[in-house]
Amino acid sequence: MALVQNFPFLSIILSLSGGVVCSVLKGKNARNYCLFVLGVILIFSLSTLGYVLRTGEAYNYMMGHFPAPWGNEIRVGVLECLMASVFSAVMMLSLLGGMHHIFEDCEKTKVNFYFTMVCLLTSSLLALVYTNDLFTGYVFVEINTIASCALVMVRYRSGKALVATTRYLIMSLLGSGLFLIGITILYDLTGHLLMQNIAQSVAMLFATGTYAFPLAVIICLFSMGLAIKSACFPFHTWLPDAHGNATVSSSAILSGLVLKGYIFLLIKIFYRVIGMEFIFQDKATNVLFVFGILAMILGSLKAMREQDLKRMLAYSSVAQIGYVYLGIGLGTTAGLTAACLQIIVHAITKPMLFITAGGFMDVSGGSKQFRDLQGAGYRDRLGGLAFVVGALSMIGIPFFAGFVSKVLLTTASIEYASLKTIIALATLAISTLLNACYYIPAMLTLFTHPKEDRFGSKPIKLHRSYIVALVVLIVFNFAVGIFSQPLTEAIQSGIAMFR
Amino acid sequence: MSHLITNYYETTAVIIFGIGFTTLLLNRNMIKKIIGFNFMDSSIYLFLAAKGYIFGRKAPIVVNGVQDMEAYINPIPSGLVLTGIVVSVSVTAFLLALTIRLYYRYHTLDIDRIIQMAKKEED
Repeated sequence: MALVQNFPFLSIILSLSGGVVCSVLKGKNARNYCLFVLGVILIFSLSTLGYVLRTGEAYNYMMGHFPAPWGNEIRVGVLECLMASVFSAVMMLSLLGGMHHIFEDCEKTKVNFYFTMVCLLTSSLLALVYTNDLFTGYVFVEINTIASCALVMVRYRSGKALVATTRYLIMSLLGSGLFLIGITILYDLTGHLLMQNIAQSVAMLFATGTYAFPLAVIICLFSMGLAIKSACFPFHTWLPDAHGNATVSSSAILSGLVLKGYIFLLIKIFYRVIGMEFIFQDKATNVLFVFGILAMILGSLKAMREQDLKRMLAYSSVAQIGYVYLGIGLGTTAGLTAACLQIIVHAITKPMLFITAGGFMDVSGGSKQFRDLQGAGYRDRLGGLAFVVGALSMIGIPFFAGFVSKVLLTTASIEYASLKTIIALATLAISTLLNACYYIPAMLTLFTHPKEDRFGSKPIKLHRSYIVALVVLIVFNFAVGIFSQPLTEAIQSGIAMFR
Repeated sequence: MSHLITNYYETTAVIIFGIGFTTLLLNRNMIKKIIGFNFMDSSIYLFLAAKGYIFGRKAPIVVNGVQDMEAYINPIPSGLVLTGIVVSVSVTAFLLALTIRLYYRYHTLDIDRIIQMAKKEED
């Protein structure tokens, strides 16, 4: 066994223990330790990615070399490593981009707990990505819930943040309750918890036609549970409050990464546990497809009406999550590829937009209302540039990351050739238009000189970590937008390994 | 119908799950919401425990040197229940802490009124 093969397991353990260590360190030390852990995880994930790409096949890693049912397993393939690398990199950049806000918003003596929660969140995201065992998946879903709610609660001096946390927590608990009872029923039908064993039993059940109704219920429970947690359209009501009222880094992390962890788990369940042909047979994909379509349109319409920059970005997340569900809802490999690419694209674009929102708040007296943000693009030039890049990417202009995922979604829906194609293409067109309808006015507001000069028009001195985070994210955005071919190929080979 | 009566443990569990779920979703009182959440999770443990039990067998603890698998019930659901209890305890603690904060700030447990009051506040 090569040393590299241990890295995914080590990164989960490292970030879990990082949570413990950060809880006893002082604020700045905790920050440094947390960033160090994230950096190590990034290097680990990238080297594992290289290893899996070289060998060309996924492997199962048994913890402590105990086989099931005593031991626990994680599974490492190209797609998992790719997601882990993106997640750890974006986590690090989101922290850097909002670093001074973290120290302002948290109570002085409790800053280290913020980094504790970030470490726990990282470990649970990695575990959701790598896990090969459904119940481990559930446990880390709950850790993820607690950690992400704690990240929203950081600004507890604002009543809105407290209420947002409560709503977020309650909705998340409803979702995880449904998910847990889904696992329970599935365990009772199959007698296994490891994904490949369940897959075999489920295939047998479908072949013989027994327990067809319970299996449909299970698919429904899994989809509902994870759709609530990933803010799929009819269950998105908690998202704008939670993402709009959190501190900058928290909004970036929640919007860019936490939602994606749940979606990735759902994709894993669809492809590795139940099997796509059965999902198709039960028409669950159609439901997700409709949810995705509605999210794309209604999320954007809601975003158009917002007067608050961060809430607008949060509603835009609802719409972008809709694209991911559209890709999954097509039910084809091409659709899944597009969905995975959309996950990555949104994970590098939305945190950038939230970080710039934090920068604009700095130069506009802490307000995030559009009427105060006039001319903020001049006062914070780098933020203005990054916002333009992010907004154009979200609209889907060529050479930016968002364009690539939209092209893939379009080709995937053309390949599908049925009624869904027409609906998907029409919605993609309308939603692109709607995206433009709120991002372009936002850009215009940011670059309009205000009538009265309340905040001064000179650019202020920016924090170094903020500059680094934005520059790296802009580079990522262009890199994905222009050289998307290797990324798409990696995703395709990762999906091929899913079987 | 007869299936529902033979599997009465599971039927009860699902009914309790429904009660807990709706309470957590719809009740306006935070404490009742938390109780609903605990109902919901406990019903899942009841379901698991009922499914792991095999009639006439004992808990899998070797005392008299009997190592035959036929003598014991399935231990994995019990393990899952333990893990689940730990998770639900920590989430309950978090929810209660949050409720205390809300109560200190707004002097009510009614979530609808809290939301209305929070809307009027400035940031």
